[in-house]
Amino acid sequence: MAHSFLSIENLTQRFTTGKSEELTVFEDVTFGIEKGEFVCILGHSGCGKSTIMNILAGLAEPTSGGVVMDGKEVSGPSLDRGVVFQNYSLMPWLSALKNVTFGVAARHPDWSKAQVVEHSTKFLAMVGLEGDAIHRKPSQLSGGMRQRVSIARAFANHPKLLLLDEPFGALDALTRGTIQDELLKIWGGTEQTVFMITHDVDEAILLADRILLMTNGPYARVAESVEITIPRPRKREEIIEHPHYYAIRNHLIHFLATRSRELAGQKVEEGFNKPQTVRFDGRQVAAGTEAAEIGAAEIGAAENGADEAAENPKLRAVNE
Amino acid sequence: MDRLTTNQRALLLSFIILIAGLLLWEAAIPAQKAASELTEYERLTGGGAPKAGVPPPSQVLQKAWEQLSNPFYDAGPNDKGIGIQVAWSLYRVLSGYFLAALIAIPVGFLIGMSPVAHKALNPFIQVLRPISPLAWMPLALFIIQDSNASAVFVIFICSIWPMLINTAFGVAGVRQDWVNVARTHELGSFRTALTVILPAAAPTIITGMRISIGIAWLVIVAAEMLVGGTGIGYYVWNEWNNLDLTSVIFSILVIGVVGMALDAAFGMLQRAVAYAE
Repeated sequence: MAHSFLSIENLTQRFTTGKSEELTVFEDVTFGIEKGEFVCILGHSGCGKSTIMNILAGLAEPTSGGVVMDGKEVSGPSLDRGVVFQNYSLMPWLSALKNVTFGVAARHPDWSKAQVVEHSTKFLAMVGLEGDAIHRKPSQLSGGMRQRVSIARAFANHPKLLLLDEPFGALDALTRGTIQDELLKIWGGTEQTVFMITHDVDEAILLADRILLMTNGPYARVAESVEITIPRPRKREEIIEHPHYYAIRNHLIHFLATRSRELAGQKVEEGFNKPQTVRFDGRQVAAGTEAAEIGAAEIGAAENGADEAAENPKLRAVNE
Repeated sequence: MDRLTTNQRALLLSFIILIAGLLLWEAAIPAQKAASELTEYERLTGGGAPKAGVPPPSQVLQKAWEQLSNPFYDAGPNDKGIGIQVAWSLYRVLSGYFLAALIAIPVGFLIGMSPVAHKALNPFIQVLRPISPLAWMPLALFIIQDSNASAVFVIFICSIWPMLINTAFGVAGVRQDWVNVARTHELGSFRTALTVILPAAAPTIITGMRISIGIAWLVIVAAEMLVGGTGIGYYVWNEWNNLDLTSVIFSILVIGVVGMALDAAFGMLQRAVAYAE
């Protein structure tokens, strides 16, 4: 597989701070996302997750490098890439329904008004908004309901790639849980490719096929790509019983707590800037918090999954 | 007493203040002494002649009744009904005002959306804005050579600034998130301006328009005193020349009521476009 559905190639972002000083947020970030995959990215604040997302959305320009989606270079925003912003970004002067029809009408200028309304109502119903509530203004809706509207707006447009920027960051834990379930439900029906920023490890494990781990900035990079080997459909109360769950969770927390700092600023050799694939299979059940055990997990991955080795030049190099 | 609602209590207090004010006014007018009470010296020095005084509220009310029962009579250039005078003033205010809006709102959009336009136009705005609108009058009369059009121009120049500045401020302050939503939905800049920026900035724009209409109504009275002919400002000055103070006070009240109505209309518009975040 030479090219992924979405490939991020040598993305670098630098900002000038003050007098000709340069701050490199991240450098040579390279990874790929397959069609229909749900990928979460975890990392500390300031590592450039949101910048990567803005670049994917076409709202920001990288200093160098590029993004190719479905064989086409990404430049500027497009209806093919839908975004759910952290603060919902609903138009406060429009009702919930109008906020969704706003997007649908932009996507399908040839549709009749009735068609647009019908399509929008259907997607609002999918996230549990029905009846009177869809005619309310965002200020009359709770935070959870607002984010539901925002999700409905994004899914109703069937973008090729859906970008979620910490969509549940501002919600309380209970609401967050329900909306996560709704997101899984709506995603399961559409086979949408999703790229999501989150700070919540459990949320990432519940939702993602793969979790990308970013080291701290400056010179942040995507260091690891952790495959979530827990079968779908997943339920939050069931996945914790899965033998891989705590191994994965501990690995993620260990990375965020210490390794994201240790690995920060390390310059990667030319051509080896892709994230290392980490996969927890049947043999790796214990909590893999020690570096040695993580190493074992990685080697296991290399031995077991030839396809990963093919994808990942560093692992291939190890094999050879 | 304490069972009354806040509104009822406020209404009661307003009414008390009104009555007290009218009584004070009535009481403050010095009574004319009867001729028999005057000393001979006072009579010799003209003390017996009737003194011109501020008319009491009762006379003003009578005048108001007279005028308002026939507001649109026209008995020659110097004797027209109050309705005709107010209509002339409103016509001048609204034409100058809407001409100003026609220019201020698009230019405000430009300044709000483009930092270059903002920096380039700001010095001009800062110099022109503090000029008293009446200072333009001689120049306007000379160039336009028409007193009516000059009055309209003065209204135009005084109402343009608050609208321009508020539009620019409102447009520049539109949340980037909403603009980003428009961008990710591939809206062109014209549709973004119309469907996102305009409704987002509308409350600020209408506030500017409300300030402008208030200023325009203040300025029209002075402008019409200068240009003469018709209008409520001319009416005030004409009645002063006629030494008809009752009419002067009546017209002052009319100016206040019309100004209040204009402001209330924009207040309603403001509520219509307001949104809660």
